[in-house]
Amino acid sequence: MENNRKAVLELSQLTLSFGGLKALTEVSFSLFERELLAVIGPNGAGKTSVLNCITGYYHPQEGDILYDGRSIIRLPVHRRAALGLARTFQNVALFDGLTTLENIIAARHIQLKPNPLTGALYFGPELKKEISHRRVVEDIIDFLEIQSIRKKVVGNLPYGQRKRVELGRALAMEPKVLLLDEPMAGMNPEEKEDMARFIIDVFEEKEISIVLVEHDMELVMDISDRIVVLDWGRVIADGPPQEIAVDPKVIRAYLGD
Amino acid sequence: MPLPSGIYNVTYKEDMAILRTWCHWVWLIAFLAFLALIPAFATRSQLNTLITIACSVIAVHGLNLLTGYCGQISMGHSAFVAVGAYTSAIFCNNLGFSFWIAMPLAGLSAGLAGLVFGGPSLRVKGFYLAITTLGAQFIILFVIIHLPSLTGGVRSLDVPPPSLFGYLIETDYSYYYLAMPMAVITTYLVKNISRTGVGRAFVAIRDNDLAAEGMGIALFYNKMLAFFLGCFFAGISGSVYAHYLQTINIEYFTLMDSIWYLAMLIVGGLGQTMGPIFGVIFMVVLRNLIMETAPLISRAVPVLGIEFGAAMSLVVLGLVIMFFLVFEPRGLAHRWEIIKTKFRLYPFPY
Repeated sequence: MENNRKAVLELSQLTLSFGGLKALTEVSFSLFERELLAVIGPNGAGKTSVLNCITGYYHPQEGDILYDGRSIIRLPVHRRAALGLARTFQNVALFDGLTTLENIIAARHIQLKPNPLTGALYFGPELKKEISHRRVVEDIIDFLEIQSIRKKVVGNLPYGQRKRVELGRALAMEPKVLLLDEPMAGMNPEEKEDMARFIIDVFEEKEISIVLVEHDMELVMDISDRIVVLDWGRVIADGPPQEIAVDPKVIRAYLGD
Repeated sequence: MPLPSGIYNVTYKEDMAILRTWCHWVWLIAFLAFLALIPAFATRSQLNTLITIACSVIAVHGLNLLTGYCGQISMGHSAFVAVGAYTSAIFCNNLGFSFWIAMPLAGLSAGLAGLVFGGPSLRVKGFYLAITTLGAQFIILFVIIHLPSLTGGVRSLDVPPPSLFGYLIETDYSYYYLAMPMAVITTYLVKNISRTGVGRAFVAIRDNDLAAEGMGIALFYNKMLAFFLGCFFAGISGSVYAHYLQTINIEYFTLMDSIWYLAMLIVGGLGQTMGPIFGVIFMVVLRNLIMETAPLISRAVPVLGIEFGAAMSLVVLGLVIMFFLVFEPRGLAHRWEIIKTKFRLYPFPY
């Protein structure tokens, strides 16, 4: 079934090392259109490193990354974002000095194309532009049910809400591929359920592909279409959840011999 | 921002406006009218102080964009003010340009100088960048001193007063009507820059540069833009100040002045439009107060000597910065917001 679907993102033979330490070794997998792919693995397996390579924070020594059939390995982070790659961070990376609203509208940078001259004058077209983007952002705020914290400075918000704002910020970029780095880490079961619901809603409504890095196995098995398992920087399994759950290599990686 | 009870925003435009109630408009118009009427009753020395305040406000607004919003600490801001002042003077003296053309050119040249010294911000940040910009302070002054044919070197350089429709703007009285509107316009422009896309990109870079990059914000371009805009306003300030003094000297643009600018910004509040205004007024008034009381004190206690005034202003500057960093780290502008909110919501707590 996967063969006749178009791959949005193709990682081939990615190798990344920091000095003598090999973080990733020949990692290859694809993300297909309209797919929710989960990347799992024990601590230190290289899950976040993979995301950092895709978004451009890390520069792998070998291998290539194709996005829509085009190599993006040489593009800087902000250019990759402009192509439609949005991500959230494992340790929430919000703009603490801005309000929820401003955080999300700041992520409209690509669509807004700010200009200091028209911005300084603020009349006419600039005001219209601000309002039109405000409308988009308000839709996202409604969608994530964070209306009550719209004008609160995010630095003072509780953890669960900060994670939600971060998801909103990624959505504001209107991405084609959404990379979520442990969106449910450190949440209580109720918050986790909320977040899972938002992720599924996003996946179904916005027609995008999602890469989900997550620790919670039960949840990953529930919501993902396909799972890639990493261990010690290598892909050890790649397949639908039912197969992964019984894969002896995966069980060994998690439980030991 | 909490609104008084009974006031609701119906459109996004209303919600984003700075002035939202008729009361705001009344206050603003009253304040502007008051500013316009000041020369009718102020003395010459008071006008002098106000013009100095207006010029510093323009410069500190620039520093606020660069340091307050974008988080790129600049320790060489007065050097960029000097670039503006000298550019403006040279264009007027040597090429016979009018002030109204020389002033924007002064801003541009200071902005370009800012781009040159902003380059290292791609690689270094925080404390290290501060030291790099310290280099700007020394290099720019070095260049000015060693180009005596253009700048007069260490000697003073005469600057012609600006003229408008054949009328020379050279008295404190008339110059007030040039400097103060410039400060008001700058405030308006900076406020708008800070609340639209560019300002948000700056704050994003300040708060989390990695995440900002991931949002598609090009770090280097935006940092350079911050340097350009920040130094542009420094240049404008330098030009306005030079044409007021009608003579400029390298002594007016020392490292100490750069530190005063930073101190004004810290006292007023980083990253807030009202910050530079409060900070500059506070610091200039404080400095004048010291300068006036110091001779009285040194006369009463002769042991202190006549240098007491200059020394005292440095001591007080240090103490004030320490006081603000400890007790009011977000500056006077933040305190002002708290007071306004309390007043607006009275008698309810929220």
